[in-house]
Amino acid sequence: MSLPRLWAVARKEIVQLRRDARSLYLAFILPLILLVLFAYAITYDIRNIEMAVLDHSLTSESRSLVDAFESSGYFTVVTHLTRYDEADAVLGGGHARLVLVIGPSFALDLAARRRTPVQLLLDGADANSATIAQNYAEAIVAGYSADILLEGRQLQIPAAAESRVWFNETLESRNMIVPGLVAVIMSIIAAMLTALTIAREWERGTMEQLAATPVHRLEVVLGKLVPYAGIGLFDVALAATVAVVLFGVPLRGNLLLLVLLTLLFLIGALGLGIFISAAVKSQLLATQVALMSTFLPALLLSGFIFSIATMPFVLRAISYIVPARYYVTVTRGIFLKGVGVDVLWADATAMVIFAAAGLSLAMGVFKKEIA
Amino acid sequence: MESAVSVRGLTRHFGEIHAVDGLSFEVTPGELFGIVGPDGAGKTTTLRMLAGVLRPTSGDAVVQGVSVVRDPEGVKHHIAYMSQRFGLYSDLTVRENIDFYADLFLVPRKARAARLERLYQFSGLGPFESRLAGQLSGGMKQKLGLCCALIHEPQIMLLDEPTFGVDPISRRDLWLIVHEMVARGITAVVSTAYLDEAERCDRLALLHRGALLALDTPTAFQQRLAGHIQSLRSDAPRRARDLLEQHPAVRHAVLFGDVIHLTLDDPRHDWPAVRAALEHGGVTILEAGPAEPSLEDVFIHLVGPGGVTHE
Repeated sequence: MSLPRLWAVARKEIVQLRRDARSLYLAFILPLILLVLFAYAITYDIRNIEMAVLDHSLTSESRSLVDAFESSGYFTVVTHLTRYDEADAVLGGGHARLVLVIGPSFALDLAARRRTPVQLLLDGADANSATIAQNYAEAIVAGYSADILLEGRQLQIPAAAESRVWFNETLESRNMIVPGLVAVIMSIIAAMLTALTIAREWERGTMEQLAATPVHRLEVVLGKLVPYAGIGLFDVALAATVAVVLFGVPLRGNLLLLVLLTLLFLIGALGLGIFISAAVKSQLLATQVALMSTFLPALLLSGFIFSIATMPFVLRAISYIVPARYYVTVTRGIFLKGVGVDVLWADATAMVIFAAAGLSLAMGVFKKEIA
Repeated sequence: MESAVSVRGLTRHFGEIHAVDGLSFEVTPGELFGIVGPDGAGKTTTLRMLAGVLRPTSGDAVVQGVSVVRDPEGVKHHIAYMSQRFGLYSDLTVRENIDFYADLFLVPRKARAARLERLYQFSGLGPFESRLAGQLSGGMKQKLGLCCALIHEPQIMLLDEPTFGVDPISRRDLWLIVHEMVARGITAVVSTAYLDEAERCDRLALLHRGALLALDTPTAFQQRLAGHIQSLRSDAPRRARDLLEQHPAVRHAVLFGDVIHLTLDDPRHDWPAVRAALEHGGVTILEAGPAEPSLEDVFIHLVGPGGVTHE
């Protein structure tokens, strides 16, 4: 192992990178684009749900129920219907996702202290949004009913749950998504970055010449890894800045811990990329393998979108070998919860193992030999 | 004196193909040693094994006292290896490439300026120092390859067809560099497909189907056929060649431009009959006489026409 030689390989890699627009794009532009795109696209928060109202009652009571919907901030009344069959057209055409139907006897029933049903028609094509809209709507109707019951009275409710949400107080789904997103994006980018490096040397015929020098395999692997680790750290720093500044995500934990664990994660992911590159010796194939082996697992099995706890046993078992799983926990933990090594030690250990595995795989398969 | 390169039963198989099969030869220090042979003879495979970048299936080669089987990495400190295909970074400049290789061989900073100066002198690359290697001409690329390979002042050069696809002027320049290095005491093992270049070597190993067919000095090779070559010019060279190939007394007939070299076992005895056969076939002989055998005559005689392709 000679540091000057390692540094020579790293410097060469940096010069080549600087002159290669495609790699620069991959290293610096793509992560940002992905971050912003995904952060805006993936959101579980539903606001301004378009709704239609079919009010057969047309009384001040029915209007105040509609007002309760509108003033909640979750619903926007886009149209008032006059006939029941219009609901079908409105929902089918996608003009509204919810129709509130108020019966003609609404005000009379209320005055007589009778139960009076209101009907909610929901567009279930997007089951997720429909469920959320339904929950919101039921909560609004329940609140409205309670107001009527309590009108002019004092009621003591014996036990009431007073919930307070920690770590993501406003239950802003973006707060949950962005830190995880940083982890998912870096899994993909890191492997893609180094997937090109060794394969490119084989394809361009430069490996044969390099192999005929006394440079050690470890010097080549680390020399190629170092510049990309720097870029990866820069990317994460940039993404964190965007997360905090643009998306208002809180960053509560220890920055140094984040940097350290990120570095471990990057070593593993970059090593994996080198491993793939050295194994397949073709840039095109290496890129595809890197993408396939990181993108889907990182997206689906990291707990980023779907909670791992609710997965079937087999998927849960597989998720343990998806490095992004640990890194998602780390970024969320440090960004939102501000937790330290006392909580993240298991994930940190997994990162160390991952880093060692990535490097060993790369070293195991990269040979200074032809054929 | 101990050999600079000692090849002992060197063998490399690629599956069923025996690329190199039981090759043995010795290269003495300071020698300009040529490896010749038709495509597929095993020249590249041999040089790759000598350079420690390809593991032999069996046998061994000792390069500057280091075994390529036991210590392939150790060999690399002593050699300048240049692969057949351009192997430098086309997106680095001339200088960046040389510096990179100087770094890999841990050439001391102090020694670099003088070496660079000398290499630039040989190669004429000085003015192109900051040009990207990919933008150099074919000949310049090869010169850069030599510069990168020589920056650590190796004792042995292993050059795999260094002049392949290079223009005649650059070919001459490259050989000037090789001769200069040999004059300084460096041992050179050079493969080539050009026989006019092979004549420059001190000794030649003729490879055929992975085996050593003959090993001799160029002059000695030529002597093997001395007195057997008849040269002739005619009005219909191709037709004459075809006729000659069918004649039982003619061992080989090879066309060089419009001149035919034919190999005869005993020209004095056979020539009149051959001549008569040609004239009988309607070929007018313009000029004929005994000729000095060329290396090509000899190799065709040894390998057979078409080399490996006729099987």
